[in-house]
Order: sequence, then structure tokens, then C-alpha cells
Amino acid sequence: MKEITITTHKMASAHAAGWHIWGWEIPVYLFLGGLTAGILVLAAVMILRNKGKEYPVATNRVILLAPIFISFGMLALFLDLTHKLYVWRFYTSFQVTSVMSWGSWILLLVYPVNILMILATLEEGYPKLYGWIKEKSVSIGGGRLEGIFSSLISFSKRHIKLWAKIAIPVGVGLGIYTGILLSAFGARPIWNSAILGPLFLVSGISAGAALIVLMAKGAERQYFAKIDMMLIGSELFVLFLFFVGQLTASASQQEAIRLLIDKSIMAPVFWIFVVTIGLLLPAFFEWLETRGGEIPAWLPPSLVLFGGLALRFVLVKACCLWREMSIEQLL
Amino acid sequence: MAKEFSRREFIKIAGAGVGTLALGAGIGKVVYDALGNDAAADVITKTPTYCEMCTYQCAGWAYLKNGKPWKLVGNDIDEHSYGRFCTKGSAGFGVYNDSDRLKTPLIRKEERGKQVFKEATWDEAFEYIAKKLEHIKKTYGPESVALFSHGSGGKWFKQLLKAYGTSSFAAPSYANCRGPREEGYINTFGEPIDSPERTDMRNSRCVVLIGSHLGENTHSQQVNEFTTAIRNGATVIVADPRYSTAAGKAKHWLPIKPGTDIALLLAWIHVIINEELYDRDYVDRYTSGFEKLKAAVKNNTPEWAYPITSIKAEVIRETAREMAKNAPATILHPGRHNVWYGDDTQRVRAGAIINALLGSWGRKGGFFMPERAEVPAYPGPKPPKPKKSFKDTPTGKKFDLANLAISSGVCDATVHGVRNDHGTFYEGWFIYGSNLIKALPQREKTIKALRDLELVVVVDILPTEITGWADVVLPDTTYLERYDDLRQSPGRTPQIALRSPVLPPRYDSKPAWWIAKNLGEKMGLGKYFPWKDIEEYLEYRLKKAGSSLSEMKKLGVKNMERKDPLYISKGEDYKFPTDSKKIELYSDLLKDYGFDPVPVYTRHEEPPEGFYRLLYGRSPSHSFARTINNPILAQVNPENTVWVNAGIAKDWGLKNGEYVKLENQDGVISGKIKVKVTERIRPDCVYMVHGFGSEQKKLKRAYNKGADDQALMTRVKVDPIMGGQAIHGNFVTFKV
Amino acid sequence: MKLTKKKYAMVIDTKTCVGCGACVVACKTENEVPEGRHRDWIVEEVSGTFPNLQMEIRSERCNHCSNAPCVHACPTGASHYKKGTENLVLVDENKCTGCKACMAACPYEARFTVPEGYTSKCTFCSHRIEKKEQPACSTVCPAQAIYFGDLNNPMSAVSRLLRKRKFKTLLPEVGTKANVYYLV
Repeated sequence: MKEITITTHKMASAHAAGWHIWGWEIPVYLFLGGLTAGILVLAAVMILRNKGKEYPVATNRVILLAPIFISFGMLALFLDLTHKLYVWRFYTSFQVTSVMSWGSWILLLVYPVNILMILATLEEGYPKLYGWIKEKSVSIGGGRLEGIFSSLISFSKRHIKLWAKIAIPVGVGLGIYTGILLSAFGARPIWNSAILGPLFLVSGISAGAALIVLMAKGAERQYFAKIDMMLIGSELFVLFLFFVGQLTASASQQEAIRLLIDKSIMAPVFWIFVVTIGLLLPAFFEWLETRGGEIPAWLPPSLVLFGGLALRFVLVKACCLWREMSIEQLL
Repeated sequence: MAKEFSRREFIKIAGAGVGTLALGAGIGKVVYDALGNDAAADVITKTPTYCEMCTYQCAGWAYLKNGKPWKLVGNDIDEHSYGRFCTKGSAGFGVYNDSDRLKTPLIRKEERGKQVFKEATWDEAFEYIAKKLEHIKKTYGPESVALFSHGSGGKWFKQLLKAYGTSSFAAPSYANCRGPREEGYINTFGEPIDSPERTDMRNSRCVVLIGSHLGENTHSQQVNEFTTAIRNGATVIVADPRYSTAAGKAKHWLPIKPGTDIALLLAWIHVIINEELYDRDYVDRYTSGFEKLKAAVKNNTPEWAYPITSIKAEVIRETAREMAKNAPATILHPGRHNVWYGDDTQRVRAGAIINALLGSWGRKGGFFMPERAEVPAYPGPKPPKPKKSFKDTPTGKKFDLANLAISSGVCDATVHGVRNDHGTFYEGWFIYGSNLIKALPQREKTIKALRDLELVVVVDILPTEITGWADVVLPDTTYLERYDDLRQSPGRTPQIALRSPVLPPRYDSKPAWWIAKNLGEKMGLGKYFPWKDIEEYLEYRLKKAGSSLSEMKKLGVKNMERKDPLYISKGEDYKFPTDSKKIELYSDLLKDYGFDPVPVYTRHEEPPEGFYRLLYGRSPSHSFARTINNPILAQVNPENTVWVNAGIAKDWGLKNGEYVKLENQDGVISGKIKVKVTERIRPDCVYMVHGFGSEQKKLKRAYNKGADDQALMTRVKVDPIMGGQAIHGNFVTFKV
Repeated sequence: MKLTKKKYAMVIDTKTCVGCGACVVACKTENEVPEGRHRDWIVEEVSGTFPNLQMEIRSERCNHCSNAPCVHACPTGASHYKKGTENLVLVDENKCTGCKACMAACPYEARFTVPEGYTSKCTFCSHRIEKKEQPACSTVCPAQAIYFGDLNNPMSAVSRLLRKRKFKTLLPEVGTKANVYYLV
């Protein structure tokens, strides 16, 4: 029998004051980041392929929501910080080995790209809003303000393809880095798999597609539903690769992944909420629809969005559980 | 009329925005830092003191940073710790900062034990005590007041009560701790082991421990010398039913059946004698009774010992030979807390005999000859001679060989109506720094006695179980807030150590010397405290010793000259302070008193089916109940666990970390305690650290943490030689 | 003349460590570690079945790794190597945002957040090293089991010990290149 004990009471528990690492804030951010990445990438691709008439939501409308989501995500991140007054320190240096540093600077890029794309598509996507802003700018600042606004719009529109070309790597970066953020920790075997990056990216784009499905109608809706089905399929495949990778890696990784397969409360949560409700069910519903079935339109995409959030919650929580269990053995 | 918006202008605006942000942040930081930390240097002071976290009294330095408690560090030349404080010593400021401390004198308002007190001034408290003591003196005589004390401050109360007219001074550390060790060695070598121990372990080539869990008890000097011996390649032999920390360092761990140590020791004696492994020259020159000893252990062969102890015969032989191979630098450690089975004086004596056969007493690697520093006393009037003493109580008469008053004997002699025709003896108790409810077994007896007293005065630092029983509670300062008498402990080098105050007394607490002196003055005994204050007292003594208070404040510890050599030199005509002037391998004195002249093995009661012997010990983070409430140590070790053999745990379905209650043979049930399932203990016993399970609500960190083993010690076996209270005879079962 | 950087290491003798925890308390007081947090701790590792047992006792802390995952993971450079050293990992509280990436990165669970919000851990008593003193744990150990020094100095006590005796580090498979060595 192997007995390993910490005899001087290092921690009351894994969540004792001072030992708590990450809670709900991080999964929420990871999801909103992934969703934003999906929106950026899909919108950019649609812009580049001039699908404004065919797919108005994807090309011109969904992009407005991106800064809202990413801002809430960053708010969640900010809430997680324990030394909040120093948050600006993220932006006084760049640490090339730190995924979080990469992420904080990528986030900085996301905003201007996002805003430029919004400005470029505002007139087509939200004509009423566009008109309202134009009126307001006249009434507040007279001709000069309205002139600045119009210059901004035309400037953005002129270079729309450039913004879209920049948005794709930025979006991909945003989507992948959220996964690498977790996978780059050698100390956390359950996360330590390079496939987490692609997994989060695929999941993010899938979430973006689901959002478009929610907002769109008719042919666009059907098109993106099909895209989403393919993305779900890819996501399932990537998940499968994740499990295979962990089960054939080091002993600590094999032991850790078992928490998601059968050895903890997170296992049924994962299989039910992430896989079944978040992936298989929506794919099935969307397939049913192509076969002419009557499914409430909002149901499958909502399940996908829920599944995306659940995936991140499960992964972060599973690591917390793993940490708790390793610590329990020692106390 | 849209103006052409050039890329350059866009970049300018964007850049301006980012720039403002960075500038603002930068300015913000500079302002924030300026408002925040100061770059001024810290003011560090250090004051000499000696520790009182246990009673080993290691000397060291108390550091203050900007007038606030910072850290405690040992004094490098001090032989108690070689400059390295133990876990508890380093946490001394914890008790200073403990907000649960007693803050004012308290006088009881309701029935004794109900813990209802009113706050009083020192004058009121002294008035109360003086009146009561006067009454006791007139009615029963001053001899009926007893003092229980533990700690440096006790000396002042001894002085006070001696002046009052009594000589009944009990220390639970005698009959409830190391009494058998002292008597066992006095009856063999003529001298006690004393404290700090006279063990020359740092030079030992072989260290034999019978149960002593060095490393879990952390008298710093002992740990230091034990580990020095290990570092130098010494062989360690440990006989312990539990795989202690020391057993983890041992070449031979003998997982001996509890209660059979004497059989092992006798078998070792047998082997050493019969294989002629003893130091012939030493034995011839310095011992008496060899032939009688040889005859007495004739039948105590390893084969005889094996079924008794469960230690294989060849292991007994091998370890005996190992001891002899390294002699005289072999030490069979005398242990410290020795009240186990009731024949403890004899068991320790068996170990002493082995040391004598191997010739380690007075030799390098065995036992050195300690010396104390001689410092003249402060002159004062002689105290009155008491007309009767503890020796006149029933217990005192019974244990003529006991050198100190036996605490439980004092208890017995206090209880009304229990003694048939002896009458009660004690009517008043002074209790200094000793939580009797937890320190003595059979607490019902202690409580009965407490109920019957006319006066109970408790002087302590924290509210504990015993303070609840007082008539008057007097708040002592911690050792960090006062002077005390000089430390003149025995050792290789005679040393004096100074305790001086680091910080002023907190709340309304007062140092023990002040309490004793002022109470004495109230009682009209002022002339027995002829010095103005303790500084005058210390200055006088130090000047006579060739030093001064100012010098000692700089040094902390001062080395004095030895008078005699450290060891017995080869061929020296050394006379031992025994009747025969030799080491008594066979004790005629014990024989005259009707005891075994050579230790004899007796079988002790074993646990019934489903019960396990309750063993207990120390944690390095605590000095038993004293420190459980210490804010620093409570973070390191907040509760105890009960060690259960893995196989037994499986039988009972006990999981590691689950909580159980223990029930003893007399139906007493403990509080909840965490289970530690381990391979490190025999299946016939369980183990827990003593001192937890406090019932005192006022001790916020200690209250209800872990379980109290002492409450389960209802069965006591009394050592017939010196009255030691043996408590290894209690058995427990699990209440899941 | 180029000055070699210091490579600070601790060498702990598990044969003499008794797990008393004096190092834990001395560190706590010296460094004013907040309540509930511990920069170092004691681990007892027992193997075998009764009565054939072996025990190893270790005093553990931050390992000041030469390839420290916490330094790599820190987005602001708050977790950094002290100037003049290869491996003494310190936290600049004025750069720490409390993102806790370093805590997630440390395989030894050596880090914690303090009530003020930044992260903290063992510093090898950097403030004492500057005064040519040894870390508090090394100074207090009653078993004299903790040695400290510069591994880039071949004549230091730590260098000599590692030449003379068998040793191990913790979790070598994670590749941190830990600099707390345990003599076994």
C-alpha cells in the first residue's frame, strides 16, 4: 500500500482561500471567445465571397453581436482576476511563451477588426439603425459630425475585403488560442493535448453557425444548418481524437481522461450535456429537418450553443476535480 | 458631403487613443505606488529570551519588525537547541497574539465548575485569595495547600507557598510523565536523567529507542543529535508497535507487541551476558551484582521472548550484537514519557542495566556527565518548616521512593469522605500552567477533588478546561512579556540563559513573579520577596556569577566553566552516588522495599475481542493541549487522527479520512476523530496524538477539534515503586 | 569579465529530515505568510505492507525550476527569474494581475494567492540571500537536513553533496528541471 500524506496541512481543500484557481468565469469567457471567433470567421468568409444578397445575416448582421459577446467575455475574465487594479499590466509587455499574453493582445486586435467590419456592413445589415445614427449625428454635431461618420463608413466599405482578410486569421487565432490556453499546461494532464486548440476552434465556428441559424430565415438558414451539421461532425471527430490521444499518452493523462469517461460526476455531465444534447441531438434534428421533419426552428441551434458552453464548463470543471482528487489523496 | 478619410488620419486617431490610455495607466501606477508602499527601511530589534512553548527552555532571540512581532530564532551557542528552534518555538508569537487569552483576573460567581466569572481587579483577586488562605491556615494548617506547576513561572509560586508554610509541590510531569525514568536510573546509577537529557547521542554509533518517537517529539537538541548520529552512519534500532518517524530511520524496526518491552530487554541482557558481549573492564570496575543479574536472566532467552514479543529470536540476537559491536558509543535511550504499564520503573531500569553492561554511562556516545552553572541565590529569610508533608498522605506514605509529590496522590488526598480514617489532607490548590483535566487520567477523580476544595486558584495564559474550575483565575503573561529566573540547566557546558521581556504585557496580564510577590505582600509575606523588582533580583545574581543584566541582554546565553571532566576516563576510580558506590545491576535497595531487584517480565492485560489498545504520542507541531489554540500552529496541524491498521480498517469498513468515535472498555465515548488507515501500526493497537478534543468553547481554534484521548484513559495502573500513573492499559473499539 | 549567473538550489536530506515542520513555521514567520497559506509543507511517503515498510519524508516548496512553467505561462512577466540568477523565480506583485495562469501551470501546487490578490510562493528567502544569509528553513532545521547554495559554484555545499550522494527531484517527467534535490 502506498501512503502519501501532506502532514502539515498545506491546504484545507483545493478551494481553500488562496488555492482557488478558476471558476465559472473562465468557461464563460472561453465560450464567448469561441463564439466571437466563429462569427468573425464566418462573416469574413461570406464577405469575401460576396454573399451579401444571398446570406444577409451571416454577411452583414451577425457581425454586430460579436463585440457584445467578446466584451461580456472580457468582463468575465476581469471578474476572475484577483489583482484587478493591475489589469492594465497585460498591455505593458508581451510574453512570447505565455498563451495568455498572446490572447490578451489578440483580443486587442479583435476590437478594431470587428468595428471596421461593422462599419462596413452597417448600411446593408441594419439600414434603420444606420439611418438613425446618421440623423442623430446631424442633430448632435451638425454637418461636421455627420461628415466624419460618413467618411468612416465609406472608408470601411472601401477596404472591406481587407478587413475580412485580416479577420480570418484573427478569428482563427482567437478560437484556437482559447484551446491552447488550456492545453499548454504540462501540469494538467487532462488538458495537455494539442487537439484542444482545434477542438475549441471547431466548436466556436459551430457556435457562430448556430447563432446565424437562429437569426436567419429561409435558404440562408438551411445553408448554415447544413454547415453546422458538418461542423458538428468534425467536432465529434476531433473529440474522438482527443480521447484517443489521451488514452494512448502518459499514465497521468490516461488516468485523468478517465474522469471524463467514467470516473467522476463530470463523465455523465459530459456525455449527456455536451455530446448528446449539445452535438448529437442538434445534428439529428437538423438532419430530420432536411428530411422534412417539423422541428421548432430555435431548438437545434440553441442546443448547439448550450453544448458549446457546456463543453468548456466540463473541461474546466474536470480539471478542478482532478486537482481536488489528487489533493484529497495527500491530505 | 463625406470627407475623404485618409488612412493616415485614421492611424493618427487610433494611435492617439491608445497613447492616452497608456499614459493614463502609467500615471495611475506612479500615483498608486506613491500612495502605497513606503521605501523606508524596517526597524528590526532582537531581545534575548528562552522559550516556553514546551518546558525544554531553548534560548533564543525574539525579533520585532517596526515594534511588531516578527520571528523567533534560536541562540547559536545554546546547547538546548544549537540555534535551531523547533516547530513550536518558532511559533511563539502565536500565543502572544492569541485573542482568546485570559485578559483580566476573574472571580467565580456561581458554583465551581459552572464557568461563571466576574472580572476583577488584581487587588480584589489578591484580597479574595489572601482571605481564603488565611482561613485555611487557621483551620487546617498551611500544609494543606498544594501547588501543581508546570513551567518557569512556577518557581515564584513555590517560593510564595513555601513562605506560607507548605512543601506539597506536585508536577504532573513526574508521576504522569518521566518519573519512572528518573527513579529507574537513580536506582541503577544513583543519578536521574534530568532534563535536558544527558544523552551523548551526537557521538553515538548505535541508538536504541524503546518507543521514544524522536522526530515526532522535537526537543530540538534531541532531534539535532539524533539526526547527527544518523548522518554519521549510526545504526538505529527501534522497538515500537508503530512505524514512527524514528522507526523510519532505523536499520532494525522491531514492531513489538505492546506491553512486552521488558521481555525484549531481558532477552537482550541475556544475550549480552551469555555471548560475553559486555564491556568486561567497565563491568568489573564499576558495577556490582553481575553474577546475581546473570542468574536472574538465566531463562530469559530470545526463544523465550519471541512468543511474548513477536520479535524473532535471531533478530533479538542480531540487534544485541549490533549494540555491543558499537559499544561504548551505544545508547539505549532512557525515553521521556514512561508511564505505560505500571512496571515502568523496572522497564527503564532494564534499559539502564543494558547501558551499564555496554559501558556507555559516562562514556563518549553514551551518557556524559552534566553540570549546571552555579549562581548564588538571592539572600532572604528561611521559609518555615512545615509540620507535615506529602509524605504523610496515604499516597505519599505508600511511595516512599518517589522523589516528588505525585499529582494523583494529591488528588486522592483531597477528596472528602473517600479516605477511610486518614481524613482529607488538602484544602487548597494552586495550579500554575497545568491543565489538570487533560494532564491527569481518570478525570472523574480530579473533578471530585476540585469540588471538595476550599480554594482553587489557577494561573494560566489561556482559558482551558481547568480554568473553568477555579475560584480565582489570574492571567499570566506569555514568556515573551516578562523576565523570569535565570535558566541554569544541566548540560555539557554549564550555561546561564536570560529571559527578558520582548513586549509589554497584553491586556491586564501580569508576570508570575509580580503575581507571587504582590500576593505575598497582601498575605503579609513580603519579606520573603526582599527585592524591589525582578531586575534587581537578576542583577544581583548575575553580578555574583561574574556577569550582569546588560551583558546577558547582549549575549542571551553565557557559557561557564566546567569543574569536572565530561566523561569517565579509562581506568578512573569513579564513585557512583549509590549505596555501594557502584552501578547496581542488582538492587538491594529495591529488594529491601519488597520490589524485584532485577526487572522481571509480567504479562499485562490484553484487549478483548474487537478492542484495540489505545496508544498515544506527540505531534511535532504541538506541545499537547498547550498549543492547539496557537493561531500559527493551528494552521499547521488543526486536528488529530486515529491510526488504524489497514487490515483492521478493512474489517470494519473504515475509509481513510472518515470520522469515527472511539469507545473504551468502560463505555466512555470520545468525540469524532478522523481515521488514518495505515500499514504503519500493528493490528492490535490504535494510535492518536494527545492534546486535542478541547471542550473549552472559549478556545476558538481548539474547541472540538479532533478527539481527546485522555478522556478514554479511565483505567490507570499505578507503579508500585514511585506511584507513576500508567495509562497504556486502555482499550477502544470503533463506534462508526 | 562575464559573471556567471547563480543557479540557486536546495538539497534536502530525506535520511535526516524528520518532518517536524519547523521549516514551515520559520518560513511563515520570516516571510509573514498570510493565514491559511503555506510556502512549504511536509510530505510523508510510505510504501510496503506491515511490517516491511519504508518511509521517505520530504520538506517541499517551490522548486525554482530552470524550465519553470509558471514563468513561461505568466502573461505580464510578473513571474520572472531574478536578475543575476538562472532560476530564482520571483513574483513582482506590481505586475501581477491575479490571472492565476501560473497557479494552473505549476505541477507542484506551490503557488497561492494572497488576500491582496497577487500570487505568492517560496522565494528561497531572496531578501536573506541578498544579505549573505541562508533561507529561513535551512537556518532553522533542527535536523540540519536543508542545504542551500549555488550549483554553478562547484565547491559549494550543494554541489559537493550532489556529487557524493544519490538524489532525485520531483516530477521529472514534466520537464520542469526542478532545483530542489532530495538526497535518498
